Amino acid sequence: MNANTSKHLRTAASLAAGLHFGLGLIVSGMADPAKIQNFLDLAGTWDPSLAFVMAAAVSVTFVGYRAVGAQPRPLFAEKFFWPTAKDIDAPLLAGAAIFGLGWGLSGFCPGPALTALPLLAEGTLAFVPAMFVGMWAARFAR
Amino acid sequence: MTEFTPLASALGGLMIGLAAVLLMAANGRIAGVTGIAVRILPPYEDSETPARLAFVVGLLLAPLVYLAAGGSIVQTISANLPLMMLTGLLVGFGAVYGGGCTSGHGVCGIARLSPRSMVATTTFMSVAILTVFINRHVL
Repeated sequence: MNANTSKHLRTAASLAAGLHFGLGLIVSGMADPAKIQNFLDLAGTWDPSLAFVMAAAVSVTFVGYRAVGAQPRPLFAEKFFWPTAKDIDAPLLAGAAIFGLGWGLSGFCPGPALTALPLLAEGTLAFVPAMFVGMWAARFAR
Repeated sequence: MTEFTPLASALGGLMIGLAAVLLMAANGRIAGVTGIAVRILPPYEDSETPARLAFVVGLLLAPLVYLAAGGSIVQTISANLPLMMLTGLLVGFGAVYGGGCTSGHGVCGIARLSPRSMVATTTFMSVAILTVFINRHVL
């Protein structure tokens, strides 16, 4: 397989994965910020649904990654790009805390916000561009 | 109130997991939405931008495909636009600064048994739970 063909196949696989991921977010109810906030509201209108999403997603990924990791290489790429960062450092904790604050106040994290974007709710239209600004800024802050 | 949906949520979670496994099996890449989304913006470090853009396009197509197939999507989203802009900044900044979000740390990282991702997930979950508690029950 030549390099150009592989690249097109990677783009196609990535499109399929993004679509499947987005459909999973919608089916699971996670594209609705109210469901996220109710999961986080242990002392109020608690909705445990997110725990079921996480449990299923992590289980499937755990088993799938083991099977895939046993292969010599991915189907359309030279090698696996497993994350290499191991440090539990200040940026990890500070970033996660800032993320948690925004997530709790809005009920949105990046995947659901992007998936909700074409539905054109005003709140989503305000959230997503600001999210990209924040992402972009953080690359230079690190 | 939102309805507790254990079956639909587990099914959706299964689909998310399969998408993550597909991306690793095909491209050798982690399905972290934050890492993918931030790299569709310059500066570009490699030549994988088309694949990342395709993943984001896939996410954007999902609701359209779902609606076209006859599904309905319920959403309750705050119309407090200054709040949504502020929280968008916090979520975007925090996710990149902390090296991942609910997908990269929460799903893929925990599935790899990464201590770093477990600490990040515990941190953002705890802060988010505390934030909602203060916002809904204290203020």
